[in-house]
Amino acid sequence: MHIAQQILFIICAVAAVYFFAKKVKEMRRNVLLGRDEDLTDNKDQRWRNMVLLALGQKKMFKKPIPALLHLVVYAGFIIINIEILEIFIDGVTGAHRIFAPFLGSLYSFLVGFFEVLAALVLIGCVVFLIRRNILKVGRLNMPELNGWPRNDANLILVTEVVLMSLFLIMNAADLSLQQLGAEHYTATEPFWISGHLTGMFSGMSAGTLVAIERTCWWLHILGIFLFLNYLPYSKHLHVILAFPNAFYAKLVPQGEARNMKEIQNEVLYMMEPDKAPAATGDATPPRFGAKDIMDLSWKNLLDAYSCTECGRCTSSCPANLTGKKLSPRKIMMDTRDRMEEVGKNINENGEFKDDGKSLLHGYISVEELRACTTCQACVEACPVSIDPLDIIMQLRRNLIMEESNAPGEWNLMFGNVENNMAPWKFSPDDRDAWVREA
Amino acid sequence: MAEYAANGEMPEVLFWVGCAGSFDQRAQRITRAFTQILDKVGVKFAILGKEEMCTGDPARRAGNEFLFQMMAYNNINTLNAYGIKKVVTICPHCFNVFKNEYPKLGGNYEVMHHTTFLQQLINEGKVVLKDGGAFKGKKITYHDSCYLGRGNGIYEAPREVLQAFDTELVEMKRCRSNGMCCGAGGAQMFKEEEQGSTRINFDRAEQALETGATIIAANCPFCTTMLTDGVKNKEKEDSVKVLDIAEMVAMSL
Repeated sequence: MHIAQQILFIICAVAAVYFFAKKVKEMRRNVLLGRDEDLTDNKDQRWRNMVLLALGQKKMFKKPIPALLHLVVYAGFIIINIEILEIFIDGVTGAHRIFAPFLGSLYSFLVGFFEVLAALVLIGCVVFLIRRNILKVGRLNMPELNGWPRNDANLILVTEVVLMSLFLIMNAADLSLQQLGAEHYTATEPFWISGHLTGMFSGMSAGTLVAIERTCWWLHILGIFLFLNYLPYSKHLHVILAFPNAFYAKLVPQGEARNMKEIQNEVLYMMEPDKAPAATGDATPPRFGAKDIMDLSWKNLLDAYSCTECGRCTSSCPANLTGKKLSPRKIMMDTRDRMEEVGKNINENGEFKDDGKSLLHGYISVEELRACTTCQACVEACPVSIDPLDIIMQLRRNLIMEESNAPGEWNLMFGNVENNMAPWKFSPDDRDAWVREA
Repeated sequence: MAEYAANGEMPEVLFWVGCAGSFDQRAQRITRAFTQILDKVGVKFAILGKEEMCTGDPARRAGNEFLFQMMAYNNINTLNAYGIKKVVTICPHCFNVFKNEYPKLGGNYEVMHHTTFLQQLINEGKVVLKDGGAFKGKKITYHDSCYLGRGNGIYEAPREVLQAFDTELVEMKRCRSNGMCCGAGGAQMFKEEEQGSTRINFDRAEQALETGATIIAANCPFCTTMLTDGVKNKEKEDSVKVLDIAEMVAMSL
């Protein structure tokens, strides 16, 4: 019986890790479809950002209530996972609560502490479910979340509630078995929370209790294995990617736009032809700006995988707040969806086969892009250092420089800047006319 | 600037007026106010005059990188030819381009936004505000422009200038790093807004009016225009004024 359980456990564990690793490799490949960008400078600052923003959740605390709830769920979930270590060893060796004899009363203290955290995680997730589905917090109920994103969010929360409940019920059944003096169930002191739950098992036979305890144990660990493999398909991936994403965050001032070296050089060679390198003839002109995900930087694509769709960006976006179509969160979701689509295309064809689609137009419309004021509120709001503005700017560049797609007023403005050196149609000779009236 | 150069002299600072400050009638008042302060304090400054060109900011934000690079090339050549070291500007968009974007293209200058410049003049005692000046006892709210605030992290200098007045400074719900855009940035100033339920400047002006302030202080010629329109939309232009911080200082000398 035990041997069968051990073998089954090892098979499940190996399968869970194998499939997760495979998917991680695929995601890594997808991210690297983006353009190369060196973000390894200033390591000290990068490590600091990772500690403050990802581990310390510094920016979350701009909204204190959800931040506290989130901290409880996050810390709880991480710390409780220490318990997984024991479950894992037990699963492989067939032992039961292998650490209990070594740690003595410290063991009961630790498990008791985990139980308190589990209860807090459970409460936190229930409150989150209420905020999402009953209170209907604005940023969690926008049209771009219709369908899968909404289900994804609820599924994550329900899963965590179930996992925490299984953990507590398992411990309560365990304590009941200890009271019955069942063989194999190492005696411990009553745990802080499950110690109060044993009442529901009173009068049950040892056989029933073992069945309950084993079922909870198995469902709990299988749930964790499944959840691990669910992450790559879910917005919940941020539990992992928040860390690298904060590390590779933009370090220059938010106001600074990405420079286009190729155009800088083009202008230089036009103005000073002697500096131009000899034409090689074989150079395919690069695509200006971004039309599809391959034109974006790999960091933009990592951003897309790191987004947990919390909507802090969108709820601070002046365009969105005044009813325009633009939503920075949707920009990130679209980028991820298109990246996944391209990834599938590569899986099927060995390499990317043109599917006649693109991020620009196919997912993100001109109207959305045109609504942006480049105010950086979305960049500032993101707790995990996602930069939707960088993507918007690159798509805008493609619209203007590859498609010559600009509203008439902008074309007039461009013409004025070029010919009159100002965005309005004034004579450059009048630039200092204000002095005469001063 | 050409005159300084002809006499073999260097000004203390080059005043980059910017397109709005040069051509827009409302913004010209900010320009004049700022130069009035500089004259009063005796700062030796120059302007490029007809040699100044758009920094290229609206072109870059709209996506026209070619045009931006052209403008940048020409401006940097002019400034470098004069050997300019220090620049002050009344426009946060110009400020951002000078501070963050021209250095990569070979234009390295010490650049200051005029609110920081004014704060320093006040701290050094060079600008002394009249006791019980035009703003005594008035309620003032301050609008953070995106490219001074979030873009470059300058939140306190303009507020310090405002605190030098004998007034009550009230913050809007959205301020500092959470401040809300006036709606002009990203080259929106030069086109009609996209379809929506309201205009951004109407919303922002409403937030400012909610504070009960009678003066809305701004640091950007575009914000000034947008907020003025927003106040007019609420028919409050008689009781509430939108003023640039430079104008407020000039009125209190």
